[in-house]
Amino acid sequence: MERILEQAQKVAEAAEVFLVSAEETPVQFEANRLKHIQGKQSTSVALRIIKNGRLGYATATDIADVQSLVANAVETARFGTKAKFELPPNTPYPKVDIFDPDVDSIPIEKMAGLGEELIALITGHTPEIVCEAVVEKETIALRIINSRGGQASYKTSIFSIGVVGNLVRGTDMLFVGEGQSSGHPLTEVGEIAGVVLKQLDLAKNQASAPTRELPVIFTPEGVASALLSPLMTAFNGKTVLEGASPIGSKLGEQVFDTKLSLLDDPTIAYRPHSRPCDEEGVPSQHTPLIEQGVAANFLYDLQTAALAKTKSTGSASRGGGLPLPSPSTLVIVPGKVSFDDMVSDVKEGLVIEQLMGAEQGNILGGDFSGNVLLGYKVENGKIVGRVKNTMVSGNVYQLLKEISAIGSQPKWVSGVISTPPIYCPRLSVASK
Amino acid sequence: MTDIRAVSHQLAEALKKHSADYIEARLEESRRSHITYRGKELESAGQSTAVGGNIRALVKGGWGFVSFNDLNDLPRRVERAVEQAKLVGKEESKLAPVEPVVETVANGKDIPLTVPLAEKKKLLDEYNEIIWRTPHLQTSVIGYGDSYKKTIFLNSAGSYIEQPRTDITLRISAVAANDGEVQQAGISLGSRGDFDAITGLHQQVEETAKHAVALLSAPQVKGGEYTVVLDPVLAGVFVHEAFGHLSEADHIYENERLRQIMVLGKKFGGRELNIIDSAAVPDLRGSYKYDDEGVAATKTYLIKEGELVGRLHSRETAAIMGEKPTGNARAINYRFPPIVRMTNTYIEPGLTSFNNIIADIEEGVYAKNWFGGTTSMEMFTFSAGEAYMIRNGKIAEALRPVVLTGNVFITLNNIDAIGNDLDMNQGGGCGKGGQYPLPVSNGSPHIRIRQCLVGGG
Repeated sequence: MERILEQAQKVAEAAEVFLVSAEETPVQFEANRLKHIQGKQSTSVALRIIKNGRLGYATATDIADVQSLVANAVETARFGTKAKFELPPNTPYPKVDIFDPDVDSIPIEKMAGLGEELIALITGHTPEIVCEAVVEKETIALRIINSRGGQASYKTSIFSIGVVGNLVRGTDMLFVGEGQSSGHPLTEVGEIAGVVLKQLDLAKNQASAPTRELPVIFTPEGVASALLSPLMTAFNGKTVLEGASPIGSKLGEQVFDTKLSLLDDPTIAYRPHSRPCDEEGVPSQHTPLIEQGVAANFLYDLQTAALAKTKSTGSASRGGGLPLPSPSTLVIVPGKVSFDDMVSDVKEGLVIEQLMGAEQGNILGGDFSGNVLLGYKVENGKIVGRVKNTMVSGNVYQLLKEISAIGSQPKWVSGVISTPPIYCPRLSVASK
Repeated sequence: MTDIRAVSHQLAEALKKHSADYIEARLEESRRSHITYRGKELESAGQSTAVGGNIRALVKGGWGFVSFNDLNDLPRRVERAVEQAKLVGKEESKLAPVEPVVETVANGKDIPLTVPLAEKKKLLDEYNEIIWRTPHLQTSVIGYGDSYKKTIFLNSAGSYIEQPRTDITLRISAVAANDGEVQQAGISLGSRGDFDAITGLHQQVEETAKHAVALLSAPQVKGGEYTVVLDPVLAGVFVHEAFGHLSEADHIYENERLRQIMVLGKKFGGRELNIIDSAAVPDLRGSYKYDDEGVAATKTYLIKEGELVGRLHSRETAAIMGEKPTGNARAINYRFPPIVRMTNTYIEPGLTSFNNIIADIEEGVYAKNWFGGTTSMEMFTFSAGEAYMIRNGKIAEALRPVVLTGNVFITLNNIDAIGNDLDMNQGGGCGKGGQYPLPVSNGSPHIRIRQCLVGGG
């Protein structure tokens, strides 16, 4: 790594080397039984340079081939965008606990045992169900060094268990599922099975929804599948800088209901996306995005922040390319109303657990629209059954301007967001 | 760069010493470049190289798989894949028989990496300027990517297959904004290495930018059931989502109830409906000579005259279902094992002209182009990049983008007109089992669907 930096510095004003290596071991179950064990090793190195004021970028899996990596970066720097930022110098980072060595030492047999136990609990309740499950351990090591003396390195451990069950009756298909992830080994599957069994019970009967506006309760999974994607696009500093964010000019203004508060916090211990610094070496910080309905901050990396004449929020992530702003670990602050109380309050409405295709519409404008893959009908304060052939559509800015209640029980969804259920007074529903 | 041919000889030796029912290895080297624009400025240009491989072993019906980009100590990796398979396997290994193949497949089209970066950038600059000339335009997003990949496949039956693949994608979005309202329109194209496929699009880019602006004042459709006409691009996405995924045998082969639903001979649509998947059509993004299990590509009828007649297989799903392998096992790269995937999927053309398709529609929706699509097998949704009302047999006002949804067992039966104008959409990438975006193409002529559920505002 040092050799790459040294060579790059000879031809460029500034350089940064980013190295990530990962070991992943997924243990996979198909059709209720163990089917596949994988072991994946990967290493990749990325070189970012500033030459004649412009950014050059190259990546490779072969860390020893310094020459071609540097040459590739130099070639792209001829056309690269103008670098407006300086790489971070050596800085202290907050202590964030994200690595537990126990994760790597869990034997594969034990992981297989967890999956078997989980599937047995589910098929014990509904024998005809066909489950796919994955029990996975992963360790990631990351290191960044740059020509201003900046250096960062950390290791993350992730252990996750997920299951999807498919129940076919005639040509009717029901999908249920749940997952958990942690920086520690997960040792018990009862809670995951419990969520799936509850879904199976609630979906036992079918109910139909009318075509009109209805009150809707989004469960934590519902919030993540329907509302998160348009919101995160709007709070991305890059979208704001381009003038394409509907809230870009509304910082400090009341955009959402006062009950809603959302923050980005990469310092929460043992979450899969937590970290002491971002992927260009800027220290992690706690960033409020919505404070009691007011748009509070946007997320920035170094380049976007420099262009917007503000500071990086430590939000740079690399999806295989140059760093871009992106959320890390999100939290929607819980309210006071229990899920059961929300349901009791609804005369006729829906509970949405999973929306399929919600991200296909005009996300930039805040629109979402999708088929209710898993959702229930509420009549007179009670869940009466599962809805099918039902589509909902709305706009997050209209929907979240008036919220009936924010739930009191938050839950982690996909390891990415902790959110309680959200109860909204009206959403457009179409069904056949 | 590491010579994967030399590595393959070592690996072939290591494979000979295995103690599995079946074992295979893939080695891969690739080069990619990308250029992206956000707004007026180029945002990122980059080049990457990668070398890696994997070993997959089958023991008593259980699979072990290791992937790596450190090419040292290959015998140990072979052992590890076999150990993992042994931990899983408790039944009997089943693989449809396939003759071993020894072949080096020739390079096809132009390798896009020989086009200098400066030339690629000049073309994208021209497109971006056109977008920015359009009044009321807020911003643009352009993503260009190309890749060249060489794969060597080896297995314990003696196969050695060397195959190159080139791929080009181009996505252009124009974003218009006014008063807190944001609308966008886009183009998505691709080719299997032919750079000309993405040149000369100036007029299309201009129309796309104008459409984004027009959407700002367009109404949203009222949610409900409509007669919907799909253009070839969107109908291609529809056939991929609504039916293609359900015909992938890995969803079905171990699920007794699904096997009953998907029994061959079952009627899904009218007599004019024919659906095909074929990697054997040359020069489309889903085309290849051999799949990632070394099985030759085939043309597979999925639906013929409205009846289910075939499905897509890997060697394992074919053996377990007692059907012929179709050469549809694909892996997006060396980090993944091959799984059953589509290639080039399309509805065969019929006889009806577009004018006749819309002529007797009093009120309906004409949906064009795509944003995306997804499926849960029974239910599917897909979204149109452009939509218009149809009134009294004529295309009327533009609508905000629409999302359509349906149930595969009902919707295919509701197709009541199939056009004569087959066209293939090369701009898509398919996702399954964490492997995204796999190069595929899909296509169709214009089709008409009765009683299709459209989400509205």
